[in-house]
Amino acid sequence: MSEIILSVKDLKTYFYTASGVAKAVDGVSFDIARGETMGIVGESGSGKSVTSSSIIRLLPPKTGRIVGGSIQFEEKDVLALNQRQLLDFRGKDIAVIFQDPMTSLDPVFKIGRQMVEMIMAHQPVSKEEARKMAVEALDKVGIPEPEKRMNAYPYELSGGMCQRVIIAMAVCCKPKLIIADEPTTALDVTVQAQVLELLKDLQKTMDTAILLITHNLGVVWDMCDKVMVMYAGNTVEFTDTKTLYQNPKHPYTWGLLDSMPKLSDVSHGELQAIPGTPPDLRLTGKCCNFYNRCPYVTEECMVSVPPLVEVEPGHLVACHRQNLENSLEKGTVTENER
Amino acid sequence: MSDNRPVIMKVEHLTKEFELKSKIFGAKPQILHALNDVSLDIYEGETLGVIGESGCGKSTFGRTLIQLYKATKGSVMFEGKNLFSLKGQELKKIKKDIQMVFQDPYSSLDPRKTAGKLIEEPMIVHNLIPDKTKREERVLELMREVGLDIQHVHRFPHEFSGGQRQRINVARALSMNPKVIVCDEPVSALDVSIQAQVLNLFNRLQREHNLTYIFISHDLGVIKHVSDRIAIMYLGRVVELCKADSIYEEPLHPYTKALLSAIPPESPFQNRERIVLKGDIPSPIGDQIGCPLAGRCPSCMEKCKKEQPKLEEVRSGHQVACFLYTK
Repeated sequence: MSEIILSVKDLKTYFYTASGVAKAVDGVSFDIARGETMGIVGESGSGKSVTSSSIIRLLPPKTGRIVGGSIQFEEKDVLALNQRQLLDFRGKDIAVIFQDPMTSLDPVFKIGRQMVEMIMAHQPVSKEEARKMAVEALDKVGIPEPEKRMNAYPYELSGGMCQRVIIAMAVCCKPKLIIADEPTTALDVTVQAQVLELLKDLQKTMDTAILLITHNLGVVWDMCDKVMVMYAGNTVEFTDTKTLYQNPKHPYTWGLLDSMPKLSDVSHGELQAIPGTPPDLRLTGKCCNFYNRCPYVTEECMVSVPPLVEVEPGHLVACHRQNLENSLEKGTVTENER
Repeated sequence: MSDNRPVIMKVEHLTKEFELKSKIFGAKPQILHALNDVSLDIYEGETLGVIGESGCGKSTFGRTLIQLYKATKGSVMFEGKNLFSLKGQELKKIKKDIQMVFQDPYSSLDPRKTAGKLIEEPMIVHNLIPDKTKREERVLELMREVGLDIQHVHRFPHEFSGGQRQRINVARALSMNPKVIVCDEPVSALDVSIQAQVLNLFNRLQREHNLTYIFISHDLGVIKHVSDRIAIMYLGRVVELCKADSIYEEPLHPYTKALLSAIPPESPFQNRERIVLKGDIPSPIGDQIGCPLAGRCPSCMEKCKKEQPKLEEVRSGHQVACFLYTK
């Protein structure tokens, strides 16, 4: 195993709202090694984006708070950094690519000016050198006529092009980790394929680690080495990508895999949908969060939180019915009174 | 399958152009060709999937069909009547038969009306059930039908989740006993687990009511799942029209092939050859010469740059607009 660069332990991020405390992330742990791609999948509200904003400490200042756990990036304790150190840490050590490329860029400044500003903030270079670096970066991400595009405003470029500019900005300072938060959700499939291909290439040449946050399992199969499935602020399953596909263990993962319409399926078949809706995050944390949607629910699930257990080497599952002694097979539905 | 069903809607040479006012005073307005000479038949009880990337005109197609946009050219025949020549009461009667479900379940419902009132509203507009108590009974019946809890009849839209709101939209459409429902990206704002529930609902309602769907989406997995036939659109044109299974088994048009290869894999073991289309979709503004894909197509010929290929049947039930397949 290569050197671990980011280590998150038992991270808890809560949001303090007028109507109660929402446990957006409630005890999440993972490590990312150099050059590795890790995926986090989950539905909206599962805490995947809050996890990534917690790592770079970009939470809304009044309501969001990291209440527990630790985030270690190489030798730095991220939670102990002050504002000055944070500015240096963001962008230089970790770069972020957000979902919507159009709103990530400032609409009133030219692309070139935004890139130069960013480079000069992080590196001791002159304006001319920074400009040269920006043109090189634009060229690297496959933007035609980079010299000319430096003078373009964001609205003059398409969504895919804007996302390339943001990726170019992200790789300018040679970060060790890129957090890509739904980088392709706003893009069309053919453009999505181009952007993912670009990220893969850059990763190979620069040996960067990628934390990819997505709700699209197809993107995970394409990109990731290992993957964490999140549900209502908790990790429900964490393993390498191939194992997750071949031998998923958590009932939620089964549901997620089954509810995706696949191209190879016959038309008009019935999809195995997960009944119900995700729980209210203000009420979670007393029992298994998935109990009211799970077909395999037992009484134990309603009274205690299932711990994350290693059922096989490198395969962690949080389910009362999946541990070393007894393992639940998919399809053996036991109808319990709810 | 759909061959022996009667045609319910006949779309002929449907064209929609938008005029863009020029910034220069007195200059000629530019023309945006959103929909370009689309002709196809829609059979009763089938689902026609319409797929394409953003800006390909798929939503314009749906909206022009139900006359939210006035078509520039062409006609839509619905049960033998030309929709665009109808007026007044006759038009209102036919509009009842063609309903629409929109993409965004958040903005398509009036936030100040309760679920019950929202479902009741179209029945009042069309004076379908004049009796109030009967109408309220029908509202509850519809709510049960789309899988909403009838206790929630007095709730406001913000108290529902996205999936439930989309169910309200479906109930509204159903209240008219329509024959055709145009669904414009009805599940793309929903999470996968909720999306599956709503897709199952669409399938069940179609079986029970013999509905005809025109299902617009950018997600090929979803389209494949619900459709009998699929129309692939590119830059305002239908480039391929075939049965749902053949698009996966033997796609013909180079654009369809590229679209298929760009879809993320279904498993981490899948290794596919990726056909990468270079660049972005060209602008639909101004006159087009030649095949719209010519600039990006890997098998572009000289002819493609000069002439526009027409949608022609190359196999039984499989139409393609590409010079590679013309004799």
